[in-house]
Amino acid sequence: MSASEQIRALATILYKEIHRFMRIWTQTLIPPAIMIMLYFVIFGTLIGKRIGQMGGFDYVQFMIPGLIMMSVISNSYSNVVSSFFGQKFARSIEELLITPLPHYLILLGWILGGVARGLLVGAIVTIVSLWFYDLNVNNWPLCIFVVISTSVLFSLGGFLNALFAESFDDISIIPTFIMQPLIYLGGVFYSIQLLPPFWQTISLANPILYMINAFRFSILGSSDLEALGFSIYSALAMIVGFIVLFSSICLWLLNKGRGIRS
Amino acid sequence: MKALSISNLKKEYQGGVQALKGIDLQVEQGDFFALLGPNGAGKSTTIGVISSLVTKTSGSVKILGIDIDENHSLAKKKLGVVGQEVNFNQFEKVGDIIRNQAGYYGLGFRKSKENAKYYMKKLDIWDKRNEQARKLSGGMKRRVMVAKALVNNPELLILDEPTAGVDIELRRSLWDFLTEINDNGTSIILTTHYLEEAERLCRNIAIIDSGEIVENTSMQELLTRLEVETFIFDLLEPIKELPEVKEFEIIIENPKRIKVTVGKEQGLSTVFKKFTELNIEISSMRNETGRLEELFLGLVEPSLKEKEL
Repeated sequence: MSASEQIRALATILYKEIHRFMRIWTQTLIPPAIMIMLYFVIFGTLIGKRIGQMGGFDYVQFMIPGLIMMSVISNSYSNVVSSFFGQKFARSIEELLITPLPHYLILLGWILGGVARGLLVGAIVTIVSLWFYDLNVNNWPLCIFVVISTSVLFSLGGFLNALFAESFDDISIIPTFIMQPLIYLGGVFYSIQLLPPFWQTISLANPILYMINAFRFSILGSSDLEALGFSIYSALAMIVGFIVLFSSICLWLLNKGRGIRS
Repeated sequence: MKALSISNLKKEYQGGVQALKGIDLQVEQGDFFALLGPNGAGKSTTIGVISSLVTKTSGSVKILGIDIDENHSLAKKKLGVVGQEVNFNQFEKVGDIIRNQAGYYGLGFRKSKENAKYYMKKLDIWDKRNEQARKLSGGMKRRVMVAKALVNNPELLILDEPTAGVDIELRRSLWDFLTEINDNGTSIILTTHYLEEAERLCRNIAIIDSGEIVENTSMQELLTRLEVETFIFDLLEPIKELPEVKEFEIIIENPKRIKVTVGKEQGLSTVFKKFTELNIEISSMRNETGRLEELFLGLVEPSLKEKEL
């Protein structure tokens, strides 16, 4: 396929993916907005006032970057895993496999679809959060880089999950039993400096902690990472490293036909 | 040039099941080719390998002279496939499904729209373009599958049982349409369980059984191998009992219809002569369809019996 044909094919996959999640917007866009609003009302306004300061910021202000990141992560992941597995299940993935599309374009199309939903939901959550607190971004380039790269990474994670999944149960196991605990324990609602040293060390093994704190740093100008002696760049390098690793695995599995070819 | 060239193609599934045991198959450009075989013979596996839905164990596949391993993208550009089962997102609109398929081949928006419109009109689904595919009847969904497979104007079209479970009206309209696109130069490979369909449409035929090609010849050549032929006669006056005839086999289907089986060397004149002697008056006659069925069963029966055992 020539470059222009590849761009047209990629645009078709992306259009189809965006069209898919926009068609079911009541399932894909509204629930995260409502959930986040409830978090702000309960933890931010009602309980937050009693908590006072967290990491040197008002509790609502501290929570906002974590909640935005949480929405981006879970929506990027769930968009790709449900869409790709759905196509596998309904066998409509065959539509793509019989075409001249190279595998990297199939992967890229789904990843961009996941990023599109992740960013859209992230934007909705940001707008909702503005009702509760005035947000000033400390470092725009870093903010944009972290949010996009994290979205790419979790879209890749969703793709991997979908390749291995053989039933609808398989696409909910990882989000429920691995991702949710890692997100909640990754410093969305609290600073890990509150934890005893042992649990601080354990928390440092959670990759989501670095992403949330890098994003928090880009918005608030401060996060747990520097306090614990880590550079923001180490978090960025980790995200990029995971992206390279996950994309290589996804492409290798696609070329092998794992989960899509007999 | 060959539209399709398969050489020593083998497929062994996990668990050791050998679906294809080294088949060789050549389909000429412009041909209307039938690939027949009983269930589980390897037809769909062969189509799966050609269309990249099944990973082959060994062997080579060339589409219009292009090896699918060496230039996968170019080879696939020339191919259109109608699968056995509905394989599109049924929650999408018919028009979107077909236009998107064109997009996957890298066609521009305008060209995709143009091709989609052409094939939707040709296949009488233009009026359904804004309907969700899940609301269509089974026959309509089949038409969507065919339009989708043709939207990139492939040079080789493969249809895996395209008329399975569809009514006779649609089957016949699909036959006419396929004949038309074949006349316009598209090579077609058809698998079907309706042998009458293969006999009517295809010029060449291969029969696959237990992962091996057991016959590969022209339809005409295959049909000439029939030792006997059966004709159905409709009678002007009903007959009550079977007349005594030694020259050929005769069966009463109902009082106004008889079935006659004659040897190839006898010819129909013997039959007409005998009917005149017996004062049997004929209103019409036709060849019994299913000649191919007899040959087919003869070729695959040994393995079918083996499976039953």
